[in-house]
Amino acid sequence: MFWYLLLLWGGISAVEVQRPRGVPLSKRPFYEENKPFTCLDGSRTIPFDRINDDYCDCQDGSDEPGTAACPNGNFHCTNAGFRPTFIPSSHVNDGICDCCDATDEYNSGAECQNTCRELWRKEKESMQKLAEIAKEGFLLKQQLIQEAKRGLEEKQTKLGEVQNSKKDLETNVEALRTAKEAAEQPEKEAKERHLKAWEEQNAAIRMEKDKVRMAEVFIELDADGDGFVSVAELLSHSEMDPDSSDGSFTEAEAQELLGGVDKVNTAAFETIWSKIREKYVSESNTDGPAPVETPQEEVREPVSDNDSEPYPDDDIPEEEDEDEDEDEDEDMDDGDYKSPPVTRTDEKKDDSEEGAMPPYDQETQNLIDAAQKARNEFEEAERALREVDDQIRNLEKEISFDFGPSSEFAYLYSQCYELTTGEYVYRLCPFNRVSQKPKYGGSETNLGTWGKWAGPEGNVYSVMKYEQGTGCWQGPNRSTTVKLTCGKETVVTSTSEPSRCEYLMEFTSPAVCQEAPDLEVSDIHEEL
Amino acid sequence: MATFTECRMVPVLVVWLALCLSGTWAVDRSNFKTCDQSSFCKRQRALKPGESPYRALLETMELTNTRLTLQLINDNNKVRLLLELYRLQGNMTRVKINELKPLKPRYEVPDVLVREPPTEPLSVLSQDENGVVLSLGVESQRVIVSAQPFRLDIVEGHNVLMSLNSRGLLAFEHLRMRKDTQAEPEAENKEEADTAHQAETTKEEEEKVEEGMWEETFKSHSDSKPNGPSAVSLDFSLPGVEHVYGIPEHADTLRLKTTDNGDPYRLYNLDVFQYELYNPMALYGAVPVMLAHNTQRTTGIFWLNAAETWVDISSNTAGKTVFGKMLDYVQGSSETPQTDVRWISESGIIDVFIMLGPTPKDIFSQYASLTGTQSFPPLSSLGYHQCRWNYNDQEDVRSVDAGFDEHDIPYDFIWLDIEHTDGKRYFTWDPHKFASPKDMLQGLKDKKRNMVAIVDPHIKVDSNYKIHNEIRSRGFYVKNKDGGDYEGWCWPGNAGYPDFTQPDMRAWWASMFSYDQYEGSMDNLYTWNDMNEPSVFNGPEVTMHKDAVHGSWEHRDVHNLYGLYVHRATMEGLIQRSGGVERPFVLTRAFFAGSQRYGAVWTGDNAAEWDHLKISIPMCLSLGLVGISFCGADVGGFFKSPSPELLVRWYQTGAYQPFFRAHAHLDTPRREPWLFGPENTALIREVIRQRYTFLPYWYQLFYHAYRTGEPVMRALWVEYPQDPATFAVDDEFLIGRDLLVHPVTEEGARGVTAFLPGKEEVWFDIHTFQKHNGAQNLYIPVTMSSIPVFQRGGSIIPRKLRVRRSSACMEHDPYTLFVALNTRRTAEGELYIDDGHTFNFDNKEFIHRRLFFSNNVLSSVNVAPEAQFTTKSWIERVVILGASKPRKVTLITADGHKSQLDFDFDASVSVLTIRKPSMNAGEDWSMALQ
Repeated sequence: MFWYLLLLWGGISAVEVQRPRGVPLSKRPFYEENKPFTCLDGSRTIPFDRINDDYCDCQDGSDEPGTAACPNGNFHCTNAGFRPTFIPSSHVNDGICDCCDATDEYNSGAECQNTCRELWRKEKESMQKLAEIAKEGFLLKQQLIQEAKRGLEEKQTKLGEVQNSKKDLETNVEALRTAKEAAEQPEKEAKERHLKAWEEQNAAIRMEKDKVRMAEVFIELDADGDGFVSVAELLSHSEMDPDSSDGSFTEAEAQELLGGVDKVNTAAFETIWSKIREKYVSESNTDGPAPVETPQEEVREPVSDNDSEPYPDDDIPEEEDEDEDEDEDEDMDDGDYKSPPVTRTDEKKDDSEEGAMPPYDQETQNLIDAAQKARNEFEEAERALREVDDQIRNLEKEISFDFGPSSEFAYLYSQCYELTTGEYVYRLCPFNRVSQKPKYGGSETNLGTWGKWAGPEGNVYSVMKYEQGTGCWQGPNRSTTVKLTCGKETVVTSTSEPSRCEYLMEFTSPAVCQEAPDLEVSDIHEEL
Repeated sequence: MATFTECRMVPVLVVWLALCLSGTWAVDRSNFKTCDQSSFCKRQRALKPGESPYRALLETMELTNTRLTLQLINDNNKVRLLLELYRLQGNMTRVKINELKPLKPRYEVPDVLVREPPTEPLSVLSQDENGVVLSLGVESQRVIVSAQPFRLDIVEGHNVLMSLNSRGLLAFEHLRMRKDTQAEPEAENKEEADTAHQAETTKEEEEKVEEGMWEETFKSHSDSKPNGPSAVSLDFSLPGVEHVYGIPEHADTLRLKTTDNGDPYRLYNLDVFQYELYNPMALYGAVPVMLAHNTQRTTGIFWLNAAETWVDISSNTAGKTVFGKMLDYVQGSSETPQTDVRWISESGIIDVFIMLGPTPKDIFSQYASLTGTQSFPPLSSLGYHQCRWNYNDQEDVRSVDAGFDEHDIPYDFIWLDIEHTDGKRYFTWDPHKFASPKDMLQGLKDKKRNMVAIVDPHIKVDSNYKIHNEIRSRGFYVKNKDGGDYEGWCWPGNAGYPDFTQPDMRAWWASMFSYDQYEGSMDNLYTWNDMNEPSVFNGPEVTMHKDAVHGSWEHRDVHNLYGLYVHRATMEGLIQRSGGVERPFVLTRAFFAGSQRYGAVWTGDNAAEWDHLKISIPMCLSLGLVGISFCGADVGGFFKSPSPELLVRWYQTGAYQPFFRAHAHLDTPRREPWLFGPENTALIREVIRQRYTFLPYWYQLFYHAYRTGEPVMRALWVEYPQDPATFAVDDEFLIGRDLLVHPVTEEGARGVTAFLPGKEEVWFDIHTFQKHNGAQNLYIPVTMSSIPVFQRGGSIIPRKLRVRRSSACMEHDPYTLFVALNTRRTAEGELYIDDGHTFNFDNKEFIHRRLFFSNNVLSSVNVAPEAQFTTKSWIERVVILGASKPRKVTLITADGHKSQLDFDFDASVSVLTIRKPSMNAGEDWSMALQ
């Protein structure tokens, strides 16, 4: 039987308390000397000399408080001068010093020093340090709370203001919209007039050209120069075969083309010109479209090349009609050469032949300018309204954000804190996101965006969770847990990746400081 | 750890990246050759059974006392072979066949046999022009050498035990000059050569030049094959045999399958990424040993060849149903069952050891006499190992270590994978994460715990790296075919591969483990050799080019030996650093015959899947059969994440397998035992603690394995060789002969059916002490806490029930003896004690006692009276299972002193617990129940 002599120093006199080894004072009454012992779970009663006899008799281990015999027992370290504690029985006499008073290693040969006083001193020091930090931190926290309160009020005021200004803006936008629409109607009409005049002019020119060409063709077709185009002369132009698929241009077909007669003079030719105009190929072939096409391509080429640079709207004043606009858009789309630009070029032929539309007359131009001004003013007002909307949204978000019980964490909003490690720069932007960037170049990785407060119950504001960062190969999306501890400064003190793609960040802030704990009431077991 | 799975690490390696991105969870089979893609295998397998072209030239026979030599001639090409036949001590026959006059020497595997096997005299019983009959001495065993066609039959009485070349599949590709280059042997222009030699197939020679003989490509890799074809092959017939085992490492059933309808079993050490189960593909290690068994006899074939090897198995009963077999039996019309086996190797010679048993244990001792036994590990290494790729830094290590104490879970080793190094430079530490390794190691040592750090054989090519510079300057690297240092991609990027086949390289490597060379190391730091197949990320089949050069040999010749040499050199380093005092612990992934001498192996990069848990049993059982007892699988599964249920079941299984280590891939969430809620933590704690209570038994079994070569984890048929019901069992196993374990390996299991072997046996549930009769299928309802484990009636198992933080903390603790009585009310067992970590046991510093119970007396007697050792441990309790209640229990100590002991008797389960006899475990004593 191992007896344990505990000396407790109180003032000048020593008090001896005898009890079996490993038993805390509180349980001493259960171990009455020389009386049968009933296991603390009541399961059986054994003679007193079986207590601490290094054999486990009680299922709950209560007969062996001072040995390693029971698998589920506990040994009480008195740790005079420090904090008393229980250790598992399996730590008794295992050669490893666990109790600071060295009482657990009484028979293992391990040379344990009594380190209780030293531990106490150190703990006291560090607790004092912590207490100081907590104290200062707590003061800072009060300021933060005040600031947050002020900030909140300011924001609410601001929100009110902005909401008011929004009303004005809305009215303004409506007024400008009406003005714009009013200015655009005469503009549209004037532009249509202008366009129509130009198109009529073009039509007249086209007709004139056609006549000239008809005369030329007549002369060309009239090979014998007799003033008539005959069936025979027509047959030499096989392209005019009306059913070109059969490959033979017969006399009957030619005759039909000439309106059922054998030959026509210039006047009669006019009636058939419209039938052959499209098909006819000049023998000299000098006026084909090819020469025109090439310079056109050159002109257009840089446009399609330059697809990275969007067309600045301002560069195209509204002097072209809508068809033109569509055409331009198509150009931009085709910029990557996926389709050859040929068809487009063909479409352009007529325009180029007829030249650009003449500039607007002064009256029309004035209307356009006025409409443009109204449009600009309207858009400007709309933009301003959108900005105000954003501002309201942001303010509302910030005001409703959970910044802690007294909004003490509000100061972290829209701030960022960095920590540089061997390889990476870590960046914590509270309530927004966490990221990691390689120190020596490379792109930033999102380690999670703001999720929620995730501390344990009763201390919810001690842990932040950032979730849904960049995905990991064959793994989850990255996420970060930020643990907050009390500190005077607001800093990221460490980062780690305890498990792949799950990051842990330690962060100090005065906002988590609690009122300084009272050292005297801590469970430190100082001299009695 | 680790196949090449980490994309971010090897951005340069395009092939690898592609593999990563594919992101599938199965082996990419196209990375590994089928027999058809391995030209020699295809060539040899094209040969069908028939009359052998080989003829024994009896007139060339020479017989000395111990050796018979005889020339064989191939009548097709007139090439002569030399047959050597030895009768070895311990009922073995060795058959060696080489070319009589090879163009240049052919590789004969060195360093695997522990010594030149001692021979016994051979004598000629009779001889005529048809052949020779030789006596093998024992039990009227004879070898019959038939001349034409050549074949060998080993017979006992009227029974043929084994025949060689009976199917005429002996093939020996003799070394030859390359015809197209004969004129100008210097010209090595391959493109020319190719076209030339194809044009030139019509010469006088009988053998065609086939594609792949002189050059072969696989995917983008080309093998220059300067020596041309060099394969060897031989068939073995095993009459009366329906069960064959061994030839690990394959993720397959214990009983080998026939290979007629697929590829042969392949032996070629490979780093297989996310291997598939139940197929014959090669894995990380190779032991070319096959066991054949029937109710009468066990035999073994040890094919000593380190080149790529394929093994075909066919059987005349395969595919027959039980009913069909029964019909054959009833009608008496059937042929005898027979298994035919064929070995094909790419180079080297035929050197085969035929082990004739007759019992399984004879086979173990026969094989052990050739290649040695399991090294006797430090006791601590039988505890629990906590591993992960990777523990991030010293703080991480410290907090995991503290977590074990906080949750009262014992462990002995914490492991560091590749990330602990400074840029994958082995023997170094990451200067930021592991800035003061000695502080970390001391912290563990203070708790009597240990660490393992990885040291892989690929060496970063970096002129600022001492290890690389030394290896390069000493010329220790493997060379490429052009004579330069061979380089390949592995974890560090570009890496060289030391030539571990060279003894001076190994000696240098070993010296790198000395405390002054390996900075930051201490005596509680041990080593793990991974990637030693060797793994070469950008090599053919993720390994080294076969035409790489090791001294005068090609990598082709030595491939399967490389890992063994790495393991050996490392182990020797750990022994030397302590001046030969301390036992080493080294884990390896690649292995070969003989690797058991160097430490532990594990089954590589498995996955967190139920089938992977199941396969861990046959995989380790197969290794145990061929001498490698110290086997385990990554608990929890390396790839992927286990469900808590799978993790718990895996701990419950792993705790009853020899090497007990949890491991996890870098990309998986953390899974330390306490991360799955209090219930699962308690379940895992309980099973790890069970492991620790059985450590004395595990230790004693490893001592036996070291002495005898008997496996620690045993297939049931090994102990019940006459009961065919045990022959294919691989969902349960024995530890030693006294513990039967049937782990729960089914998801959501409500019960398991365990087969309890032995007509005469009784088995006691180790948890409830309930008794069950043998020779029955027992349905056991299970809950999550159930691990069906039974102690055999007739056995005594010493345990230590005071589980502490680590095995070393339990050193002086007392024993509880669990005495399980059989139907004859007897039991016996052993108690082995030594210091647990030094070689002093070799100097007789140990306690070895026999414990036996008969006539109601339990006694401890010294079976090693010449040995000296003292222990502080004592006997605190004796638990007798299947007992009746005594009137009194008397202890008689060595000095004759008698004392009465207290006891409890639980009549409901007939368990007698004798309280605190208190005698020292090393003393003589007896205890009488009256």
